[in-house]
Amino acid sequence: MGVTFDQIIDALLQGAYVTIWITLASTVGGAILAFASGIGSLSHFAPARWLSKTYVQIFRGTSLLVQLFWLYYALPVLIGIHISPVAAGILGLSLNIGAYGAEVVRGALQSVDEGQLEAARALNFTPGQTLRRILLPQSIIEMMPPFGNLAIQNLKDSSLVSLISLSDLAFQADDLRNRAFESDTITILGLTLLFYFVMALVLMGAMRLLERYFEKVSGREVAR
Amino acid sequence: MKPIVRFDKVTKSFGDTVILRDFDFELTPGERVVLMGPSGSGKSTVLRILMTLEDIQDGVVYIDDEPLWHEGVGNNLKPASDKHLRKMRGNVGMVFQHFNLFPNMTVLRNIIEAPMKVLKLSRKEAEARADELLARVGMSDKREAYPNSLSGGQKQRVAIARAMAMRPKLLLFDEPTSALDPEMVGDVLQVIKDLAAEHDLTMLIVTHEMGFARDVADRVCFFCDGQILEQGAPSKIFTDPAEDRTRQFLRMVLHEEPASEAS
Ligand SMILES: Nc1ncnc2c1ncn2[C@@H]1O[C@H](COP(=O)(O)OP(=O)(O)OP(=O)(O)O)[C@@H](O)[C@H]1O
Ligand SMILES: [Mg+2]
Repeated sequence: MGVTFDQIIDALLQGAYVTIWITLASTVGGAILAFASGIGSLSHFAPARWLSKTYVQIFRGTSLLVQLFWLYYALPVLIGIHISPVAAGILGLSLNIGAYGAEVVRGALQSVDEGQLEAARALNFTPGQTLRRILLPQSIIEMMPPFGNLAIQNLKDSSLVSLISLSDLAFQADDLRNRAFESDTITILGLTLLFYFVMALVLMGAMRLLERYFEKVSGREVAR
Repeated sequence: MKPIVRFDKVTKSFGDTVILRDFDFELTPGERVVLMGPSGSGKSTVLRILMTLEDIQDGVVYIDDEPLWHEGVGNNLKPASDKHLRKMRGNVGMVFQHFNLFPNMTVLRNIIEAPMKVLKLSRKEAEARADELLARVGMSDKREAYPNSLSGGQKQRVAIARAMAMRPKLLLFDEPTSALDPEMVGDVLQVIKDLAAEHDLTMLIVTHEMGFARDVADRVCFFCDGQILEQGAPSKIFTDPAEDRTRQFLRMVLHEEPASEAS
């Protein structure tokens, strides 16, 4: 019984590595889903709108933990597809965060002044050109602060993957706590908090840099 | 001469509210026509129909004898496809009351973007066009500036250059100076006057600037409740209108903007 300080740090670092990996992959995946579905919800093509809205409703309306259980435990039974815990974790988190992100993308696109669309039409741009050259560059800056919040949320939500047998930071912390003397509990959980906090700080810093970049692209100040 | 624009018994409504009913209207190529009239009478709607920003519910609009909102010939017309609208839109340009420059692009980019992406001009050709137009509207030194750093009058001059860069046959102006500080109005009107003098393009202008209308317009139409109540040469309409409504309106405009009548 009992673990040394070095063992604690070692295990937590291993867990943090998994957490960082899963968070990054699912934040990128979520962003892709968010753009696809946010743009789809404003499409002139009815099935695209319908698909986007259904996706957003379903994934915002159900619990992330249950979504993860479905991907990991129910899919194999239902259609015989086994996916690894990592894949299930990343997919589940992506789908979840993408549904929230879709609303951010939709709102930001809709916030662009109607006059911009009229000018684009008058100059005979195609809908695709209007989206790429006018709507997205102008609205992306508006998406950044809420995207930052969602990325942080995603980092924290990623701890749920420990419940589908992934050894992330939360999993390692719990495992250490079970193996260690009770007197080490505070050290372990304190370090765990610190790890999450530092990761969140780095994430926020990265989002701030992105924001600054897009501020230039958009020709618009971010409204705070 | 055959008309470049013809409204044939056009009806436009928003829900139950009819804005234009059996509206007839023509423009001859090269003509400069000013539309005036009370707020809400449907002046912008006429321009927006021509720019394909508003559809119509009945009748036919022709540009160069070709239906704008329909496809087909004779009585066999069906609603226009996106492709047809895109083709027809190439004839028309518009200058908006609130400029609607793209804030994410420099002045130059605002002007060359559509010629490059829509007309498929090379960058060199597009820039040559833009530079010539920028010189014409007196904005060459702001080539690399972003719209947010420009005054209203400067923005509008760039917007005029942007519309001209597409070489439309018909250029629409919807109250191009009514969002400007008074000291900027003169510059913008001068730019439009210069364009009118140098080009033979057809212009349809909604404005209440009577001095300007007198200088530029071949014809002034007094617009009221979705109809042209009275039209004619500016000298006739402004000095001796036949209708009471016109007289009332002109008195109101004069009262509001005494400066514009000084010329
Ligand atoms: N999208 C819309 N939905 C409903 N009603 C509209 C819409 N656009 C315009 N209208 C109505 O149509 C009428 C004509 O509008 P329009 O903008 O053409 O008038 P206008 O003569 O340009 O007026 P102004 O001098 O104020 O610009 C107005 O009563 C207006 O309220
Ligand atoms: Mg108007």
